[in-house]
Amino acid sequence: MKPKDPILIIDDEVQIRRLLEITLESNGYSTCYASTGKQGMVAAATQNPSLILLDLGLPDMDGMELLTKLREWCSKPVIVLSVRNLEEDIIKALDGGANDYLTKPFRSGELIARIRAAIRLTDEKKEDPVMEFGTLQIDMPNHILRKNGEIIKLTGTEFSLLSLLARNHGRVLTHKFILKEIWGHGYLEQTQYLRVFVAQLRKKIEDNPAVPSWLITESGIGYRFGD
Amino acid sequence: MNDKPENRPDPDEILASIKMEEEQGRRGRLKIFFGMCAGVGKTYSMLRMASADKEKGIDVVIGYVETHDRKEIISLTEGLEVIPRMSVSYKNTDFQEMDLDAIITRKPEIVLVDELAHTNAPGSRHLKRYQDVEEILDHGISVYTTLNVQHLESRSATVTQITGVPIRETLPDEIFENADAVELVDITPEKLLERLDDGKIYTPEMSKEAVLHFFRKGNITALREMSLRLVADRVDRQLKSYMQNKRIPGPWKSGMHLLALVGPGPGSAGLIRWAKNLSYTMGASLAALNVETTRPLNPDQKMQLNLNLRLARQLGAEIITASGDDLVKVILNVARRENITHIIIGKPGKNNILSYFKSGNLIQNLIRNSGNIDIYVLGSENHGVGTHYRQQLPGPVFTSGIMQYVFTTLAVVFCSFICFHFAAYLGYQSVSFILLFVVSFLATFMGIGPILLGCSLSAFIWNFFFIPPRFTLHIDKTEDVMMLGMFFIIALVNGVLTSRVRRQERLTRDREEKTAALYQLTKELEAAESTDKLLETAIKNIKKHFGLDAVFILHDNAGRLSEFSGRHGETRITDSEMSVAQWVFRHSRKAGKFTDTLPSNRFTFYPLSGSSIRPGVLAVELGSHFHDDKSQFWDAFINQISNSIERRLLNELARKARFLDESDKLYKTLFNSISHELRIPVAAIMGSSDSLLSSEHTAEIRNELYKEIYKASVRLNRLIENLLNMSRLESGRITPRRDWFDIHDLVNKVCENLQEELKSFKLHVVIPDDMPLVKIDFGLLEEALYNLVHNATQYSSPGTRIRIKSFYDNGKLIIQIMDRGPGFSPNEIQFIFNKFYRVEGSKPGGTGLGLSIAKGFVEAQNGTISVENRQNGGARFIIEIPTEVVTGEIRD
Repeated sequence: MKPKDPILIIDDEVQIRRLLEITLESNGYSTCYASTGKQGMVAAATQNPSLILLDLGLPDMDGMELLTKLREWCSKPVIVLSVRNLEEDIIKALDGGANDYLTKPFRSGELIARIRAAIRLTDEKKEDPVMEFGTLQIDMPNHILRKNGEIIKLTGTEFSLLSLLARNHGRVLTHKFILKEIWGHGYLEQTQYLRVFVAQLRKKIEDNPAVPSWLITESGIGYRFGD
Repeated sequence: MNDKPENRPDPDEILASIKMEEEQGRRGRLKIFFGMCAGVGKTYSMLRMASADKEKGIDVVIGYVETHDRKEIISLTEGLEVIPRMSVSYKNTDFQEMDLDAIITRKPEIVLVDELAHTNAPGSRHLKRYQDVEEILDHGISVYTTLNVQHLESRSATVTQITGVPIRETLPDEIFENADAVELVDITPEKLLERLDDGKIYTPEMSKEAVLHFFRKGNITALREMSLRLVADRVDRQLKSYMQNKRIPGPWKSGMHLLALVGPGPGSAGLIRWAKNLSYTMGASLAALNVETTRPLNPDQKMQLNLNLRLARQLGAEIITASGDDLVKVILNVARRENITHIIIGKPGKNNILSYFKSGNLIQNLIRNSGNIDIYVLGSENHGVGTHYRQQLPGPVFTSGIMQYVFTTLAVVFCSFICFHFAAYLGYQSVSFILLFVVSFLATFMGIGPILLGCSLSAFIWNFFFIPPRFTLHIDKTEDVMMLGMFFIIALVNGVLTSRVRRQERLTRDREEKTAALYQLTKELEAAESTDKLLETAIKNIKKHFGLDAVFILHDNAGRLSEFSGRHGETRITDSEMSVAQWVFRHSRKAGKFTDTLPSNRFTFYPLSGSSIRPGVLAVELGSHFHDDKSQFWDAFINQISNSIERRLLNELARKARFLDESDKLYKTLFNSISHELRIPVAAIMGSSDSLLSSEHTAEIRNELYKEIYKASVRLNRLIENLLNMSRLESGRITPRRDWFDIHDLVNKVCENLQEELKSFKLHVVIPDDMPLVKIDFGLLEEALYNLVHNATQYSSPGTRIRIKSFYDNGKLIIQIMDRGPGFSPNEIQFIFNKFYRVEGSKPGGTGLGLSIAKGFVEAQNGTISVENRQNGGARFIIEIPTEVVTGEIRD
């Protein structure tokens, strides 16, 4: 289950790198590292990593720049690390192709969970007609949602929203991304639409809509399908 | 009257001398080589001293020295650097004048400038050389210069009297009085005459006869005495000043104050000069009083009065203006108010016997009512004084226009015409009353001249047309003659009195208008909300009362001047004019049209000076020079504006100072608190990890130590968050970024972050099902809520319930956080939102910042936060934020 290919850590801080290495390796992952953007590019090309942990605050290159360059040829999952409160940077990174994000200081549990989710997403075949997540079963071609076997009626938009998130489980989708995918370019600023729909959707599918387990808010950034 | 106790130095005087010493520290020092007349050897002495200084290594240069081809002078100049003169051409002639800018640029320690009283050629920066010297001194360069006694303003008249030679170039006495050093160059008259014979004295401005007349032994002796006395008085004054400074109690005369009476006559000038001398000798202050009566002055008199007042001002006297017709009363009022000890008044000239009698009365009355005040009466033969005071009724002066005469004539004639037709019914006596009435009525709006004409005309008409025998000027009955006489006198007196009353009223009204204008100005200036508004008000008022477009050039902190001409102003200051403004600002002296400095400029620049800082400069385009009464009004106006601007600027400075002070205090508190808060978790981390590294422990103990390290680092992280938030609040740069959010998300996030702490409590979240989306700043509110819930976990006992309730009511998002903790005591409850406030007996480990951060973040979204004690124990925090909502569902 654990990939043979190493996880690439691109971070200039020795302590963070060490911490990540220890955490990952104690969870069965192998690691390699780079301490500058340039080294990171080289390592990504030569080491064939299964996942890349990218620090946004690199000394020689802007993290975003590196991400853009990477995404030109690399489709491996990327999780960006950043200091808290730089939401704009995180949104930019997610829109620019990153899968997920973590803010420092982070808990090792979260780190592992997200890495796992991100890798699983890429491992899966893209075109899976029916997806299962715990008690939920999403029948993509037929647009049917089942919970515990029972059909739940969803409107067209609600289903699109759910399937978009589900297809990208393990990935954080920004508000803008979701709005663009579901509603189109003209709706990029209408976060309230999104919120209302998410609220409605939660009411329909969550065990406890007040404390959602599938439709998870990443505050200030977007949504994630929890699994 | 004089309450100052003896032997006590006046604190104001001490302050003034300290100030002067301070000024002298920054300014260059002026040394005057002073002599009784040309040829005593002033230039020579000056050059010798300069050479001696040069040998000591002092940087001395020659700014301007007139050698007149005298060999001994030339040889002395040879060792010294000479700053070349500049050419100033005027009307096809080239004048060689001192190059002021070159001297300032060169910035020597000392510069030699000969002939201080010289008048510069037109086109030079200043009218007089002494003004150039003032500027040099302002730049911190010291000056040696030469001066004769005849050049002093207060002495020039006397010198002319003594020698018979008119003195053309004079300078204000202040220059002499305020000089840092005066060296008297003295030789005996015999020696001087010897030198004259040897041809060693050059007097190019005097003709041969003048020279002979001037250089007579008697004259020279008189001049010598004058110079010696001047210098002696100066020494005396310096001694007094020194004693004052060192607080040496001496035989102080109680403070004396002189009051000189100034009028529109040429003799007043001499009186002022004499008064100045007296004040100098006595060490007394000098004020000059001008009394405005209802008697108007003709233009010549007005000009003379202005000149006299200007002279008084130049001599350093304080100008007081009062109005009234009862001179004695007015003078004594002023004298008592100003604590005057001596009044100086002139005897009238003997040309007008009548006026002598009248003025003689004035002086006698003054003496009689003066009480303790001494009166000096200056005789005319000494000083050419001829005051033009009149007691009581002033004589008539004719200033009315031709139309008034015409109208008066027509009115009288018309009335008489009507009366003539009704003569039969009226009787000729009644006609006189009617005509009298007409004249009195006309007096309410006509001038003296027309009234006089009206009186005469009506008398004549009455005589000719009405008094029998009619149509003759002859009068039959004697009582009719008397009646005519009476008629004329009554008409005249009536007319004159009414006219006088009108004039007086006009004067008072004018004065009142000026006062009202100043009051209005003050009120408007104070009410202005910003400096810009203040300036606009000032410009508006200046336009209203003086008809001038004003431009303010203000000084900002960077030392630059910037122009402000109000919204409608079109006047633009060119760069060269801006440099004049700079000059005016630096030297606090007016310049431009109608002044002594750069009079060819189109603007007149007035320095705005407050009591401690200088706000800037005011520029106006004057059509004509201000006459003294208007000039006073103008000065008062500018003063008021200046003070208001200064006050505003000072308020700004005070506010900044207070802000800095508070920031300082906050910084100290913060610093202390933080040091403490940082050290503790760091100590825990270091201690625990050190222990783990150095000793063997059981697994249990190891776990504990790991936990300690973890807890401490969480605490540190929390502290860093708090500090960052605090600094965001302090910097004032919190702009809430509102977006649509589900309150559930907010509460969940906070509770998730506080998972550990909330484990031991019963958490209860109450949010209605139809809770709408709200537009808030998620980050700020999350932080605020986190702090509140965290507090609840810290202060309540484990196992108790913590409830979070949220709903939307009446335009506001409401979040309530309730616990069953100890609540707050009534005297503490008002302080808990203050920075660093920690409740008595609170757990160690908090900075007291949490609640104030919460407050700051809530208020940044225009919300409020409050706290109350719950009925059954515990506290309830309430956050209210006004916000929009999106309710219900959006159909797709």
